[in-house]
Amino acid sequence: MPEMTYADAVREGLAEEMRRDKLVWALGEDLSTAHGSTSAFQYHGLIDEFGPKRIVNTPISESTIMAAAVGAAVAGTRPVADLRMVDFGLCAMDELVNQAAKIRYMFGGQARVPLVVREAAGIRRGAAAQHSQSLESWFVHIPGLVVVMPATPADGKGLLKSSIRCDDPVVFLEHKDLWTTKGYVPEGDDYLIPLGKARIARSGKDITIVAWSRMALLATAAADELGKSGIEAEVIDLRTLWPWDLEAVLTSIRKTGRLFVPQETVQVGGFAAEIIAEVIDKLGEMLKYPPKRIGAPRMPVPYSPPLEDEYRVTEKDIVAAVKAMFTQNS
Amino acid sequence: MTVNIGSVHMRTNSPDRIFRMFETMLLIREFEDAAHRALQEGLVHGSVHQSIGQEAVAVGVCSNLRRDDLIYSNHRGHGHAIAKGANLIAMMKELFGRVGGTNGGKGGSMHIADFSVGMLGANGILADGLTMGVGAAQAVALKGEDKVVGVFVGDGTTNRGPFYEGLNWAKVFNLPVLIICEDNAYASSTLTKVVTAGGGPASRARAFDIPAVTVDGNDLCAIEAVATELIKKVRSGEGPQFLHAKTYRVKGHVSRDVLAYRAKGETEIHWQQEPIGRCEKWLIGQDVTSEAIAQAHASAKAAIAEAVELAKAAPFPDAMLAYEDVQDVGAPQCRK
Repeated sequence: MPEMTYADAVREGLAEEMRRDKLVWALGEDLSTAHGSTSAFQYHGLIDEFGPKRIVNTPISESTIMAAAVGAAVAGTRPVADLRMVDFGLCAMDELVNQAAKIRYMFGGQARVPLVVREAAGIRRGAAAQHSQSLESWFVHIPGLVVVMPATPADGKGLLKSSIRCDDPVVFLEHKDLWTTKGYVPEGDDYLIPLGKARIARSGKDITIVAWSRMALLATAAADELGKSGIEAEVIDLRTLWPWDLEAVLTSIRKTGRLFVPQETVQVGGFAAEIIAEVIDKLGEMLKYPPKRIGAPRMPVPYSPPLEDEYRVTEKDIVAAVKAMFTQNS
Repeated sequence: MTVNIGSVHMRTNSPDRIFRMFETMLLIREFEDAAHRALQEGLVHGSVHQSIGQEAVAVGVCSNLRRDDLIYSNHRGHGHAIAKGANLIAMMKELFGRVGGTNGGKGGSMHIADFSVGMLGANGILADGLTMGVGAAQAVALKGEDKVVGVFVGDGTTNRGPFYEGLNWAKVFNLPVLIICEDNAYASSTLTKVVTAGGGPASRARAFDIPAVTVDGNDLCAIEAVATELIKKVRSGEGPQFLHAKTYRVKGHVSRDVLAYRAKGETEIHWQQEPIGRCEKWLIGQDVTSEAIAQAHASAKAAIAEAVELAKAAPFPDAMLAYEDVQDVGAPQCRK
């Protein structure tokens, strides 16, 4: 099992699916000119193997990148549309929300829309307000969409492959700071991570921390730190936000009795609230402490390092917030 | 009859063929009149966007498409669906929200679709038919098929940004797309020319080096002849073509629209130019009898009356069907 970066793992997943199925193709800005570029480097080399008809370099036309993928999916192919960043993806929200997510339903099941849209999310140092957002809660709110946010290289590959094989439109959000992280990645066509299945990133008996994407790594590091104080946290990496693995979360909380949900993005209206609401609904009576969450303040991501640090949810924040759940009275 | 418009050379229209197309225009007219009546009676819900006066565009274009060719429509889509061969009874049931509707009662008038005849849907969002249509055309190319993708847009749509993305995309990838701009003069209740700079739809297409032909969209013979030629070009790999059909929306934006914004007498003048009456005159000039024409009217009326009766008699869908066809992974569960 080779060790590789997240970006390479996802690229390998795409290449394997393109080899397996001639109807899989990719479209987006810079896909065939990605050599050494900072933007679409996840596609490096694919043009050489698959040619310009399947690695399609497009104009800067986000609406049409998204809509063309919808049209091509309806017409019997399996496109992977790359919008580069979730911030740019906003230019294509109409096509994703009004078309991709609704075509199967409003046309009474006459068509499926098997596409994947890749949008990089999250803060990368100094990227500021329009290149740093995490808008997963927007997508989760839209019926028809599947929302995937892998945290590890192996999951990046296995989940992309499952997303490509899925007949629903899948929003595939990669955190920019994860691309260079490394991990062991299984080889082979059959390496598929099922959509909607969480991963226990760390076992523990005292509290359940539910996280996704890069925050799952921070939560795991925070859990190791908490272990030094005698608090054994179980970290659940959701992997997919819709559908999300409620059963895995409930099973863990039945053991721990406590829940904490950190998220990188703005706390207000975030997905942490949904998780907590469901858990209270299902297990409210047996919780040892009111579930807590932490997220960013409701402000755009600032540029200057000390300002950006003020926005960020850190490992230290998680440690402090979890400790408070053991030292204060409920 | 011969017509010469720009670089397009027309062949002579055959009276038999035009008569069959005339019959389809009558079906569209009757269907939309019936849909409005049913709306007034509370049998159809929401709103109905009629294309009355624009039937020649739908029929002239779709009669030149194969069954397996694809079309993208817009919110004013009944005519496109009927002309492409969609089942009238299933369409009427859809408007009534009944079992057996084309969309299973999930779409209604504004989302009417029949994928079995390549009619990929009426759509409530302008220009998305074009941007999706170019993607469908890419799929056609990737699969090595020789299908044509027809995209119906209105004049109002030419002021949406994605319209230009779509034109550029169609040209730069040399895709098999025919864009039909059905210019009915109105963007909802605003006269399009009042809010539009430049030389109009065809000149906007030409800015992308897409060949564009402007034609009288109420002259079935003319539009049929132009469509024949343009579709031939698209299918033979010459890339996207643009057909600017000048017509007029004699009814309102929606069927209940009382046209308070329209100048006095404007509608009446345009009624003189509506395509069905003009086509009748042409057919009579080709020695088609007035009996045959009267018979065509009666047949269309009877077909639509039957569709209405069958729609009325059809049951409503079981409420649990609301949960179906959202998605495979993470499908909704009944809350009760």
